[in-house]
Amino acid sequence: MSTKLRLALTFLLPLVALGILVAFLLTRGHTLLGSPVPPVEKLTITRALFRPQVIEVRVLNNGPIPASVAQVTVNEALWDFSITPNPTMPRLGQAVISIPYPWVAGEPHNIAIITATGLKFQKQVEIAAPAPSPSPGAFGLFALLGVYVGVIPVFLGLLWFPFLKRLGDQWLDFFMSLTAGLLIFLGLDALKEAFEVSGRIPDLFQGVAIIAAGTAGSFLLLIAISQKLSKRLPSGSAGFLLAYMISIGIGLHNLGEGLAIGAAYVLGEVALGAFLVIGFTIHNTTEGLAIVSPLAQSKPPLRHFLWLGLIAGAPTILGSWIGGFTYSDPASVLFLSIGAGAIFQVVREVIRYRARGAPVLQALGTPVNFSGLLCGFLLMYVTSLFVAA
Amino acid sequence: MVSRREFLKYGLGGTAALGAATLAASAGGQTSGHVPAAGASGHAVMIPKVPRTFGDFNPMAFLTSFDYGRVQRLSDGTTLREYKIVAVDKEIEVAPGVKFPAWTYNGTVPGPTLRCTEGDLLRVHFTNAGSHPHTIHFHGIHPDNMDGVFEIVPTGGTFTYEFHAEPFGLFLYHCHVMPIKAHIHKGLYGAFLVDPRQPRPPAREMIMVMNGFDTDLDGENEFYTVNGVANYYAAHPIPVKVGELIRVYLVNLTEFDLINSFHLHANMFRLYRTGTNLTQYEYTDTVMLCQGERCVLEFTYKYPGKYMFHAHQSEFAELGWMGFFEVTGSTGVG
Repeated sequence: MSTKLRLALTFLLPLVALGILVAFLLTRGHTLLGSPVPPVEKLTITRALFRPQVIEVRVLNNGPIPASVAQVTVNEALWDFSITPNPTMPRLGQAVISIPYPWVAGEPHNIAIITATGLKFQKQVEIAAPAPSPSPGAFGLFALLGVYVGVIPVFLGLLWFPFLKRLGDQWLDFFMSLTAGLLIFLGLDALKEAFEVSGRIPDLFQGVAIIAAGTAGSFLLLIAISQKLSKRLPSGSAGFLLAYMISIGIGLHNLGEGLAIGAAYVLGEVALGAFLVIGFTIHNTTEGLAIVSPLAQSKPPLRHFLWLGLIAGAPTILGSWIGGFTYSDPASVLFLSIGAGAIFQVVREVIRYRARGAPVLQALGTPVNFSGLLCGFLLMYVTSLFVAA
Repeated sequence: MVSRREFLKYGLGGTAALGAATLAASAGGQTSGHVPAAGASGHAVMIPKVPRTFGDFNPMAFLTSFDYGRVQRLSDGTTLREYKIVAVDKEIEVAPGVKFPAWTYNGTVPGPTLRCTEGDLLRVHFTNAGSHPHTIHFHGIHPDNMDGVFEIVPTGGTFTYEFHAEPFGLFLYHCHVMPIKAHIHKGLYGAFLVDPRQPRPPAREMIMVMNGFDTDLDGENEFYTVNGVANYYAAHPIPVKVGELIRVYLVNLTEFDLINSFHLHANMFRLYRTGTNLTQYEYTDTVMLCQGERCVLEFTYKYPGKYMFHAHQSEFAELGWMGFFEVTGSTGVG
């Protein structure tokens, strides 16, 4: 008992000391804390939703001091507005501003809030589009989007299985390396997107830290899971396990992709272009190829293909729901980096699987593996060009 | 190359076509993609509420306030007018809720409208109680040492400007310490009106100083106003009578933007450029003034009702430079 008490005391000691220091700074430390220049307000418009005849704007006070919204302009015109719960927001406080503005669908809108001290904080919406509400119809539409860009392409890629099955060992090495190349491309893509989104979230959320935690967290978690599973499963099932790991990794990545789909709607960044969906479908088909490569030397029952396809593709649907109805940039950064970490862990598994105990870099250095890796990059790059059209 | 996700942003519309109707319906029936041009509630102007007074500053009172100074008749018959002007730093409200750390003459932006008659001897006792050096530079004819350019008045200093008011017309005064742009946009200016010896016909007279406020100090105005408060006369229309002669002394002290303008709805006015001539220059409904330019407008309303006036730069109008005349009384003419 006394050892436990001692343990608790030794834990609490620094905390108590810290509390005393903070109390001192708050009461007597004014000369230290006071600054000759007053701190500057900072408000961020986190979201602008276009509802019938009304623009709804969410504002976050991510500055060091309370701030008050005094006036609102839309496209350089002072406009009537109402604000809840309060025009004055404490630090980290939020408010919702309703502006009865006759916005024009498909046109850019600049929304600015002017604080009581005259500072102006703006948000430029590139294309105003009606905000979806979580109705069955909208859920259905987002699900449909997810099926088209996520699920169907993955299943199409799985159809390469009979082809892979007829290949010799050398060619399998090539396709596994190609898979690694595809995955590295996907991982970097997710990471790049995570950094991009983190650039537009308030500093307060520390986007880079979220990315580091998300990437490392999912990378290490998947390692732990695969170690646990590989001990339990019979020795011949390494290919199976790997296929599922790849599927999970791609699924997490596609969750991030789904988020972007949904968010693109509410952020008003959607432009018309049906042929781009086709391009994207072609691009994502490569994901299915990556999943079935490790299965080439086994005879999996059909239901496994169903599961592998769903695990990889269905998260796109879930992601698009989250992104469409409750989009948040910080959450998006987290999801994207989790996806990236998962992908990188899968890359590691793939290479180890084909290295058969040899050092990973040495395995990659063989002409077959190296050219497979390069072809993987190239395939992703070229199919991305459809997307870029 | 556009990334996979950027593609999503641009390419989604294609998939959207698969279910666009569904989404449009779920978004609240905005199927046409456009909303009616009128404000949601059908009001002519969708502006936030504006209080009637801002501390001790009442723009409605300012509109018709003229400072004639302390008047003395000198032995030679000349009228001596003495004015007191104090430069003081003051936080003012330029739009409801929006504070601006101004530099002011006598605590308001614009400063008081100084009024006299041609030939009067003027003594302007200037005290600088502000945190920066200032002067008063008057437009009009006077010696160089009364021009407010070289005799910089430091904080706590005083200076007396003395000169004869000539010629008659509508002028202005402002601080002329460099950087001049800063001293003007922060609020050190006002109107200076010299009446002709033979007065203009009696009228309902108003001063309107057009200006702007760069509240976030980025070199662009956030607000445009007449007499210092955005949308004031739109929220509180100026009451006038049918048939009454209205004379507006219009001064442009907008900083950053090259020009400003005045447009009168459903009416025409006689324009007297700079007010230095009693013969009308033009009969029009819109006048454009460069920075520092001014003019006198005369008009009467034929019909009762509510009539708008505003800058004809729509941007300025919608950022605060608009107002109404509320015309009452019976129609004089059938």
